[in-house]
Amino acid sequence: MTVAAAAQPRPSLFQRMWRGISIVFESRVATIGLAMVLFWIIVAIISLFWTPYPENSSLFVQNLPPNATNLLGTDHLGRDILSRLMVGTQVILLKTRLPEMTVGGLFLVLAAIPALVSFIAYLLVLAKMFGASGTLWGILGIIPVVSFIWGWINARRHKLTGTMIVWTLAMVAAALLILGSPSFRETTLGRISLPGGVAIWGVFGSLTLGALLGLNAGYRGGWWDQSIMQVLDALIAFPRIVLYLVVIAALGQGDLVVILAITVTGAPGVARLARGLTLDIKTRDYIRAAETRGENKWFIMFREILPNASGPLLVDAMLRVGYAIFAIGTLGFLGIGLPPPDPDWGNMVNEARRNIFANPLAVIWPALSIATLVIGLNLFADGLNEEMTRYQK
Amino acid sequence: MAETIPPWADEAAPVLKLEDLAVAYKVRGGEIEAVQNVSFEIKRGETHGIVGESGCGKSTVAWAVVNFLGNNGYVKRGSIKFQGRELVGVVGEELRQLRGDQIAMVYQDPMQALNPSMRLGDQMKEVLTVHRGISQREAETHCIEMLERVYMPDAANVMKRFPHQISGGQQQRVVIAMALLNNPALLIMDEPTTALDVTVEAAVLDLIAKLRREFDTAIMYITHNLGVVARVSSRVGVMYAGEMVERATVEAIYKNPRHPYTQGLIRCVPKLGADKAGSVLYPIRGRVPPPDSRPVGCVFGPRCDYFRDRCREERPDLRQVSPGSWVRCHFAEEIDPAQWTPSEDIIPPRISAAEVPAEPILQVRDLKKYYEVQGGSLKDMVGLGEKRYVKAVENANFDIPKGRTLGIVGESGCGKSTLVKTIIGLESSTSGEAEFLGLDITGDISSRSEQLIQELQMVFQNPDSTMNPSYTVGQQIGRPMQRFGTVPKGQIRDEVIKLLQAMRLGENYYDRLPRQLSGGEKQRVGIARALASHPDLVLCDEPVSALDVSVQAAILNLLLEIQQEYGTTMIFIAHDLSVVRFFSDYVGVMYLGQMMEIGPAEAIYSPPYHPYTEALLSAVPIPDPSVEQKHIRLAGAVPSAIAPPSGCRFHTRCPRRELMPDGGKLCETDVPPWLEIGEEHRIFCHLPLETLNSFEAVVTKPGEVTQHAS
Repeated sequence: MTVAAAAQPRPSLFQRMWRGISIVFESRVATIGLAMVLFWIIVAIISLFWTPYPENSSLFVQNLPPNATNLLGTDHLGRDILSRLMVGTQVILLKTRLPEMTVGGLFLVLAAIPALVSFIAYLLVLAKMFGASGTLWGILGIIPVVSFIWGWINARRHKLTGTMIVWTLAMVAAALLILGSPSFRETTLGRISLPGGVAIWGVFGSLTLGALLGLNAGYRGGWWDQSIMQVLDALIAFPRIVLYLVVIAALGQGDLVVILAITVTGAPGVARLARGLTLDIKTRDYIRAAETRGENKWFIMFREILPNASGPLLVDAMLRVGYAIFAIGTLGFLGIGLPPPDPDWGNMVNEARRNIFANPLAVIWPALSIATLVIGLNLFADGLNEEMTRYQK
Repeated sequence: MAETIPPWADEAAPVLKLEDLAVAYKVRGGEIEAVQNVSFEIKRGETHGIVGESGCGKSTVAWAVVNFLGNNGYVKRGSIKFQGRELVGVVGEELRQLRGDQIAMVYQDPMQALNPSMRLGDQMKEVLTVHRGISQREAETHCIEMLERVYMPDAANVMKRFPHQISGGQQQRVVIAMALLNNPALLIMDEPTTALDVTVEAAVLDLIAKLRREFDTAIMYITHNLGVVARVSSRVGVMYAGEMVERATVEAIYKNPRHPYTQGLIRCVPKLGADKAGSVLYPIRGRVPPPDSRPVGCVFGPRCDYFRDRCREERPDLRQVSPGSWVRCHFAEEIDPAQWTPSEDIIPPRISAAEVPAEPILQVRDLKKYYEVQGGSLKDMVGLGEKRYVKAVENANFDIPKGRTLGIVGESGCGKSTLVKTIIGLESSTSGEAEFLGLDITGDISSRSEQLIQELQMVFQNPDSTMNPSYTVGQQIGRPMQRFGTVPKGQIRDEVIKLLQAMRLGENYYDRLPRQLSGGEKQRVGIARALASHPDLVLCDEPVSALDVSVQAAILNLLLEIQQEYGTTMIFIAHDLSVVRFFSDYVGVMYLGQMMEIGPAEAIYSPPYHPYTEALLSAVPIPDPSVEQKHIRLAGAVPSAIAPPSGCRFHTRCPRRELMPDGGKLCETDVPPWLEIGEEHRIFCHLPLETLNSFEAVVTKPGEVTQHAS
C-alpha cells in the first residue's frame, strides 16, 4: 500500500527560485531596498561600457555647479563628477584590481595554496596510516617521491584522488617555473582584475573565515570554543579603524589589502553568529544520527550543520556589504583607501572637502551615493529577515 | 472508571454553549478555516472531553472561547455563549475581567505557565488580589488552603519556593490550584498531563476527578489520549480535521462508537488487556487532509472503509442518532463495528511465536554510566572538591538473543535513553562490560571500527528533527549506503527506492524535502535510514511518542514487519507499558538507573510483579471504561540521581514495603537480589516469591480470573 496523498511533481528550478525571490516583494521595505541596490548595480554595469565623459581627464572648468553638460557639476580638478561617481561603483561592487605580477608570480600564487592544502591533507592520511614516524619519513628525503607514487596507486582506496590531482598540477606548475626560461618567468602581466568588487570579496572572506571558526567553536565546544572565542573577542575589542590602519600600514595599500582588512575585522561577528546557530542546531536528532554513523567532524560541520545555518548568515552578510562599503568610504576619506587612478567615493569626499565652500555639491554627491547604497542594502536585509521570520512561531 | 453525570445537570442552563463555531486564520495568500461547524455544550459540574489528533482544531476551539487566537485568527461564524452571554466580539477590560474570574485555563507545560522569576506564593496571590481586591494576608490564607485541597505536601513552604524548585507534577498542581482560586464557572484544560510521567499523570487525573466533584466547575478537557478521556470525562466530543464528528457519553463512545473515525481510533490504541491477541493494532489508512485542501463532501471520506457516493458529494451534518449521541455520518445507523474486518493493506504481520532458541547478540554485564557534576564552589573549580556523579545507569545486566525485541520501559529520568546512548556509542560507559557480536562496545564511537558502527543503528524520537531539512529523502537514506560502501554508487538509487517501498512510501518520495512530509512519513524515512546499512541491531528511542495515535499503529506494525523480514534485533524504548506490549519479546522496566524487572513480555503483564511494575500498570489510563484497574499510587517524587536512595532505589516510594517480614528495613540497607522466576524472568526485589505471587492482576476485565506467570 502506498500512503495516500497525490504526489505533486516537484516544481521546476525556475519556479522554486521565483517562489523564493517573491518573498522579497511581500515586504515593502525589502522591495525598496532591492530597488536601490539594483539601481547602483545597473549603474556600475553601464559604467563598464559607457560614461558621459572620461572620469580621469580634466576637461572642464573647475568647481562648476550642475549644468547642461555636467549633470552633477565638476570637481576641483575639472573632472566630470557624474562619470567619476559611476566609475566609483566598479571597484566596490564589480572588480578587484590585483597587484602587478609576473608570470612566475602568478604561477606561484595559483599553485602554492592548493599545493600546500593538498600536501597537508596527504600528510594527515599518512599520519592516520603510519603514525607520526611515517609522516616524518614522508616529508624528508627520497621518500616524497615514493609517497607520491604510493599516493597515486592507492588514491582510489584511501579517497586521495582529488588531493593527488591537485598535488600533481602543483608539481607541473613548479616544474614549468623552474625549467622555463627566465624571460618567460619575468614577463609582466597587464593589470588583471578579479570579478567581484572589494566589498563583495571582503564580506565573502569574513563569511568564510567566520563560518569556519564559528562552526568549530560551536560544534567542538570545550577548549576549542573558549580559545577561539577569546581570540575573536580580543579582535573585537580593537576599534575597527585602528585594525584597518594596522593592516594597511603593514601591508601597504591595495585592493587585496583592503579585502584582507575587511575579512579580519568582519570575521569575529560572523563567527559569533555561526557559533550561536551551531549550538542550537547541534542539539537536533539528525546530528546525532550523523554521529551514530561515525561521520567525521568536518562532514558534520559543513555538510549537516552549515546548510541549515546559511539563512541567517546570508542575511547578515548582506548587511555586512553595507558596512564594508561604509568602511571603504571611510578609508578613502582618510586617504588610505583604494589607490588611484580609479575614483573612489570616499576619496572624492575627502578631496572635495577642501573646497567645500567653493563647491558644496561635490561633497554631497559621493556622500549621498554611499548613503543610498548602504541604506538600500540594510533595508533589503531587514525586510528579508522580517519576511522570513514572519510566520515562524 | 468513567465519571457519572450529576443528576441536576440536565435541568440547568449550560455554562458553555458553542453553536456552529468557525475559526479562521489569516495566512500568506489568503485564510484557512481551522475549525468548522463545531457545536456542543457543557453543563455545570460536567466534564466534557474533546478528543482528537494533532491539527484537528481542539486547542483552537479553547482559544476561541477565551479570545486568545493571536494576531491572525478570528471567529468567522457562530456563537460562543458563556452563562448565556455572547463571548464573540468581547475585547479589552470586559474580557480581562471574564478571563481570570469566571473562565480559567490550564495549559500543557506547567513550566511555561508559571513565571520563573516570581515566587509561587506571589503568583498565586496575584490571582486573588487583582480580581477580587482582597488583602495580601487574606489572599495568602486562601492560597495555602487551595494548595492543600490539591494535595500539595507542605503547602506553606511551597508558597515560598520558585517554580524550578518543585517537580513537574507539583507544578501542574500549582497551576490547577491557581486556576481554581477564583472558583471559576468554567475550567478549560488543554492537555494538562501530556508532559508528565505516567505515575504523576495518574495522580493528577485523580485530583481532577476529585475537584470536579468538590467544586462543581464545568470542565472542558482537551486531550489526544483516549485512555485519559475515559478516566476523567462524562461526555466526549471527537474532533477530526476541524469538525466535531461524534459526541456522546463516555460509555457510549467506547462500547458503541458510531462514527467510522472513532471506531478506527479505538482499534488503533494499544490496550492493556491480559491477552496478547486483543492488543493487535489496526492503523487508519491515509492521512489527515491539510486545512487548505479538505474534501468537499465528508471530511473523513477518503480514509473511511464505508465511503460511498453520497459521502463524496454531500457534507453530513451533526445529527442525533440516539438520546445523548450525535454523529456526523450519513450512514451511522447502518455501520456495525463488530462486523468490521481489516482490509489487506493494514493487516499487521502475524506474530510468530519464538521457536528457535537464539544466540545472544548483545550481552551487557554490570554496565554503569555516571556523569560528572561540575560543582560551583571554588574548591570544585580548583579540583579539590569531592566529585559528585549523576548515576544515570547502574549495573545494567541483560542479554538479547538474535532476532528478538527487547522493550525498555520507564519514566523520565530512569536512564533508558542513557543506556541506549551508551550502547550505540554516543557516550562511553564508565565501567562494566558490553559485548556486541563478540566485540567490545564499552567505548564510544571513536573507538569502534566501521564495520561495528554499521551494525548498530538508531531511530530517534522526534520526527521533526530526525531529518536534515536541507537534503532530500533520497539523499539522506542513501548517505549510510555511501558512507559504509555497502552498495556500489550506481545502484544506490535503486536500493533507496526498494527501502522506500518497504516502508510503504512510493518512489515519488525520493525527491521530497522533509518539510513536505508528515510526522509519520518522516519517521518512516528515519527508520529507512537506520536500516539502509542493514544493521544487526536497531535501537529505537521512543519512535512513536511524538506521533498521532493512528500513525503510531502504522509505524509499530511496520517495525514488526521489518523485524520479521530482515531478522533485525531491536531494542525499543517507551515510557508506556501498553505500547511495548504487543510486539516485544522481552520487556525490561527501569527506575532511577536500575533495571527492576526483566523477562518475557507475557510474564511482565501478569503477577508476580515488581512493586514498581505494578504501580506503572495501575497508572496507565486505559481506553475502556468497563475494565477494572487497581488503584496504586506512588507517594512522593522521583529522587535525584545524584544522591540515589541506598539499598533498593525504589524503597522510598514502594507501596509494598510493609509486606516485608522485617517491616522494610532491609530494603533501605541492602541492594536487592535478582529473583529468578521461571525462564529468563527476573525481579529485583527483597520480597519473597510467595508474597509476590500473591498479588492480583492489576488489570482485569469483569469476570476474568487472574493468570499467574510462574
